[in-house]
Amino acid sequence: MPTGIALDGLQKLIAGGAQLVEVLPEGEYVEAHLPAAINIPLKQLTVQTAGVLDRERPVVVYCWDSL
Amino acid sequence: MSPRAACRLETVGFAEVYDYVPGKVDWLAHNLPIEGENADVPKAGRVARNDVARCALTDRVGEVRERIARSPYRFALVTTPGGVLLGRLRRSALDCDPNLSAEEVMESGPSTVRPDTPAAELAKRLADRELRWAIVTNPEGRLVGVASREDLERA
Repeated sequence: MPTGIALDGLQKLIAGGAQLVEVLPEGEYVEAHLPAAINIPLKQLTVQTAGVLDRERPVVVYCWDSL
Repeated sequence: MSPRAACRLETVGFAEVYDYVPGKVDWLAHNLPIEGENADVPKAGRVARNDVARCALTDRVGEVRERIARSPYRFALVTTPGGVLLGRLRRSALDCDPNLSAEEVMESGPSTVRPDTPAAELAKRLADRELRWAIVTNPEGRLVGVASREDLERA
């Protein structure tokens, strides 16, 4: 089960080299995203598209809010 | 959306997956840097200045009045030691016993805006209500600063 984190946890993970993935549609990502985040929209998340991520490093996903 | 994405990544073999539950809106509201087309759009958090007089609940009105006189604003803000905004003291309300505490004369819960509010939008809101300043706080209620309409219009 993935671990839910808040801002302080996110900042620690980023400092430790975690990868950030925004799962919102491309248009929202283009407007604004967290520094160094890549975009894999949820509808396009597959083994192939996830292949750009390093399996040896933590991955943090996010969308717009908690709803 | 992100819980499903996190679970999906686990199903394809990622061992350490986290979900930043509060999401992008939380990051923006904390006045943190962003990338993308909107990165350079001026926001309230970047315009806000941290030069407002502050005081604690127990500070005496007489001391606060002096701090306001030395500040660019007509009010002081009452915060906790951790910086959470509790109230506002208008200069006009301080013509009273100087030994009263800030808590006894403050207005509780003044209106605030989030740091990611676009500067132009906020400037218009202030102009529509004939207000000169907006108090900016983060999602935990901590004071970021005060954004003046003049600075927002120039941003």
